[in-house]
Amino acid sequence: MIAQNSPALIPVLYLLAAIIIPITGYFRTGSAFYVALLTSAAVFAVSLLGLQEVLTNGAISYHLAGWMPPLGIELILDPLSAFISLLISFSALMVIIYAKENVAMELPEKVMPFYSVSMLLLGGLAGMTVTGDLFNLYVFLEIAAIAGYALLAIGNKRAPFSAFRYLTLGTAGASFYLMGVAFIFISTGTLNMADIAAVLPGVKDQTAVIVGLVLIVLGLVVKMGVFPVHQWLPDAYTYASSTATVLIAPIGTKVAAYVLIRVLTIYEFPTFIQTLTWVAAASIIAGSILAIAQKDIKRMLAYSSVANIGYITLGITLANPLAFIGALMHILNHAMMKLVLFMAAGGILNKMGTLSMSRMRGFPTVMPLTTFAFIIALLSMVGIPPTGGFFSKIYLLLGAIETQSWFFVFAILLSTLLAVVYLFRFINIAFFRPYEKSDDKKITQSSELTLAFGQVSPDQSPKEFESMKRNEMSLLMLIPILIVAIGIILVGVFNGTIIQNLLNLAIPDFLWPA
Amino acid sequence: MLELIEGHYAYFFLMLLFMIGMYAMMMKKNLMKKIMGMSMIQSATIMVWIVSAYKDGGTIPVLDPNIPLDNPDLYLNPLPHTLMLTAIVVAVVTLGVSFALAVSIYRNYNTLNENELLDRTKEQ
Repeated sequence: MIAQNSPALIPVLYLLAAIIIPITGYFRTGSAFYVALLTSAAVFAVSLLGLQEVLTNGAISYHLAGWMPPLGIELILDPLSAFISLLISFSALMVIIYAKENVAMELPEKVMPFYSVSMLLLGGLAGMTVTGDLFNLYVFLEIAAIAGYALLAIGNKRAPFSAFRYLTLGTAGASFYLMGVAFIFISTGTLNMADIAAVLPGVKDQTAVIVGLVLIVLGLVVKMGVFPVHQWLPDAYTYASSTATVLIAPIGTKVAAYVLIRVLTIYEFPTFIQTLTWVAAASIIAGSILAIAQKDIKRMLAYSSVANIGYITLGITLANPLAFIGALMHILNHAMMKLVLFMAAGGILNKMGTLSMSRMRGFPTVMPLTTFAFIIALLSMVGIPPTGGFFSKIYLLLGAIETQSWFFVFAILLSTLLAVVYLFRFINIAFFRPYEKSDDKKITQSSELTLAFGQVSPDQSPKEFESMKRNEMSLLMLIPILIVAIGIILVGVFNGTIIQNLLNLAIPDFLWPA
Repeated sequence: MLELIEGHYAYFFLMLLFMIGMYAMMMKKNLMKKIMGMSMIQSATIMVWIVSAYKDGGTIPVLDPNIPLDNPDLYLNPLPHTLMLTAIVVAVVTLGVSFALAVSIYRNYNTLNENELLDRTKEQ
C-alpha cells in the first residue's frame, strides 16, 4: 500500500513537515529537529519500499487526485527516479542528523525556520524527481530554488549578496525553462512527459519544438552550474552557513542534472546535444583549474562541484549506455563525496575556527576520525580504487572511448590529474607539515636569525611546537560523516551489483545499440 | 519576412520585453533595476502562455447555452490560464524573496550598487 503510493508520499511528506515544523516549533523550538528527523527517516523508508516495489513489479505511476494522464498530473517512480529519490532522502537523513548541533551553534535564533525551509527544499527536489509533468516540474523547481535562496542567504555578511546573484541567475534560468515548456505546449498541446514523447515524432522538425528544447536545456544548465554560468555557485556555497551548504551542495545541482536526463529522454537524445558535450568538457577542465587557485576549502569544493557536474553532463550527453551508467554512478558518488567533504568542512570551521587551506596544519591530530572520512572522500574525488569515484570515472572513460571522442578521454584524464593537484595539496599541508609554525603564532628570535641569513631552511630551525589537543567533532556530527564515508567504499566495492540491478534498468531503451 | 511577423505581433513584443528584461538584469548596476528586469522576463514568459491560449472569436471557457459544444474553437483554452495562475504566484514569491535579500544587503553594506558591493566584498 505504502509502496504503491510512494511517488506521492515522498514529496508530500517533506512538504507536510515544512508546515508542521512552524506549528510545533511555535510552542517548542526543540521539536523542529525531531519532526525533521522523523520525516527524513520516514521518507527514506518510503523510498526504499518504493525502490523495492519498482525493482520487483516495474514502474509505479500515481495519478494525483485520480485524474488520468495526460489530463491529470502523473507522478512516476521508475528505476531512475527511485534511484534519485533514494539518494535525496538518504542525504537528507544524514544532513538532518548532522544539522542538530551545527544549526544550534551557527544559527541559534533561526533553528525552526531553518528546518522548515530545508524541508521545503527537499520537498521541491523530491517533487522534481518523481513528477511526470513538465509544468509540475517547473513548480517544484521553483519551490526548491526559492527555499535554496532563503537557505543560502543565511550565513555571514556576504551571504545575502551571493544569494541575490544566485536568485537573479536562477530565476532567469527558470524563466527560460518555462518559456521552453510554452513552446513545447504550443506545438504538442500536452504537458505530460510520456504523452509528449508519443506526440513528438510528428512535430520533431518544427522550429518551435527545437527552440523549446534549447530554452529548457539552457535553463537547466544555469541551475546545474555548468562552467560558463557557474558564477553563482562558488560564492553561494562559500558564504552560506555550513549546514545549508551541506544540504544543498550534494543534491541540488544533481537533481537539475536528473531533469536534464528526463528532458533529453523525451527527445531521444537529439544529435545537437553534442554542443553540450563540449560545454561539459570545458566545465570539467575550467572547474579543475579554478579549484587549484582557491585558498578556502569550501570554495575549492564548490569549484570542484563545477568540474564534477561537468562529468555528469558529459556522461549524459555522450549518449551511450556506458557513459550513461557513468553519469548515474557519478551522481551517486559525487553526492556522497560532497556530503562528506562539506560536513567535514563544517566541522573544521567549528573546531579549527578557519577554512583557510594553509591553516590546516595538524588537522589530523586534532580531528583524526574526520580526517579519515575526509581522506576517503578525497581519494574518491580523485578516483582511486576501491572508492566509488574510480568506478564512475572508469565508466565515463569507457563511454568516451566507445564513441571514439578522444578529446573527452583527454579531458577526463587531465581533470583527474588536476584533482590530484588541488586535493592532495590539502593532504600535504595536513600531514607532512604538522609541526611547522602556522602564521598566527609568535616568531621566536632564533627563527628570525635563521631567516636573516637565508642559509638554513626553516625546517631545520629549532621549533617550539605545541602539541595540538584532540578536539573531535561531537558524536552526532561524526556518525553521519563516517556512515557516508564507509558508504563511498561500499559503493565502490559493490558497484557491479548496483549497476546490474538498478542502473541498467534506468537506461532509456533507445540508447542501446540496435 | 512580413508574413512571419503578421499574426505574431504579440510574440514579437513579448520577446522584445524578454530581451529588455535580460538587458536590465545583465547591464544595470543597481540591484533594484536588476529585480525589475527579472520581473519583466517573468511577466514576458507568463504572457507568452496567455497569448498562446488566445483564439480569434473564442469566448471564455464557461459553458454558454447559446454556443454549441461540438466546436471547441469557440472557447479559449483554459489550461494555460490556470497554469499561469500558479506561475504568477511563483513570480510574486520570487519577487518577495529578492526584495528581502535586497533589504538585508542594504543593511549590511549601505548600498545597492553592484560595483561597490563587489569592491567591498573583495576587500574584506
